[in-house]
Amino acid sequence: MAGDNGPDGTGETGPRNDRKGDIRDDELERRRRELGASLAARHPKAIEGEDNAQAGGSTGYGQAFKLSSEFIAGVVVGIAVGWMVDHLAGTSPWGLIVFLLVGFAAGVLNVLRSAGLVAGFGQPKSGAGPKDLK
Amino acid sequence: MAAADKVDPIHQFHINKIVPIEIGGYDLSFTNSSLFMVVTVLVASAFLYLATSGRHLVPTRWQSSAELTYEFIADMLKDSAGTQGMRFFPFVFSLFMFILVANLLGLFPYFFTVTSHIIVTFALSVLVIGVVLVYGLARHGFGFFKLFAPSGVPAILIPLVAMIEVVSFLSRPVSLSVRLFANMLAGHITLKVFAGFIVSLGALGGVGVAGAVLPLIMTVAITGLEVLVACLQAYVFAILTCMYLNDALHPGH
Repeated sequence: MAGDNGPDGTGETGPRNDRKGDIRDDELERRRRELGASLAARHPKAIEGEDNAQAGGSTGYGQAFKLSSEFIAGVVVGIAVGWMVDHLAGTSPWGLIVFLLVGFAAGVLNVLRSAGLVAGFGQPKSGAGPKDLK
Repeated sequence: MAAADKVDPIHQFHINKIVPIEIGGYDLSFTNSSLFMVVTVLVASAFLYLATSGRHLVPTRWQSSAELTYEFIADMLKDSAGTQGMRFFPFVFSLFMFILVANLLGLFPYFFTVTSHIIVTFALSVLVIGVVLVYGLARHGFGFFKLFAPSGVPAILIPLVAMIEVVSFLSRPVSLSVRLFANMLAGHITLKVFAGFIVSLGALGGVGVAGAVLPLIMTVAITGLEVLVACLQAYVFAILTCMYLNDALHPGH
């Protein structure tokens, strides 16, 4: 933008918008839109790159860490819920057994979701099957 | 203790009481962890306050960096939760700044890393899930539970699927907090272990000193990596927060 001051000869940055006529505003608006469009064209690429490198320095390590933490979280929460159900209802050990299995399932679901193979809770991914119907 | 410092990579995570306070049988002491949380908040506030105090039309470097952070989070929130998500902007931005500054401060030698304790990260993620739950229930009422019953599933399977979805939902704060905490913990331990090698190899003299160059190079490289991890983890926490908030704003469609 700094270079644009040259041809104007004003050398001013802000106030000139108000002082000069509509042409200048339109011109600036057009430039801003062009800049926005070219930025938007680059944007998806950048986001994807960040996603790949998400959880750690090197991609593979980060990915592995992310997926394993998702899976372990599912199992751990399953155990915790099962233990609490047992504790409250006195159904030991059935609550633990059932919810451990449910926890495994939830862990696998978490992993698939975080790997982008299954649509997330609310957001249906493009072309992600039955969940798109709603 | 001095000898233990060298070989004990866990020592840096010890919590020391600075001002012992006990109220009603609870230990509410002001610890080194609390001190660094206060420092984190002060540093983050000072950075944003000082950087934006000039309010130049053409931003200075500091102002530009503050604006960059602001727009980064604002764009992230708008992209993942829509314009409605902007009402959560102060929340997400505070979380991001807190975690980012805490992570980066932790990289200074002799500084305490607040986010390397799981209870801290867990509290932060429970806060996020709490906001999602409370806001989702307040806004959508019972409709919020549609989140747990995906459409297109046979009626017989709904209870099972809903149970799995509930556990999956509950596991979010766990994985969110574990990821941040484990990354910071592992990074700092690795750093400490490699730094310990330098000292113990250097103590051998001669060949040892020459060999100590290798872990030194490694330590420098890992420190660089840790800066990246510190920023990335803050980013990951913020973007996952945005995605969870999106669930609260638009459940089940």
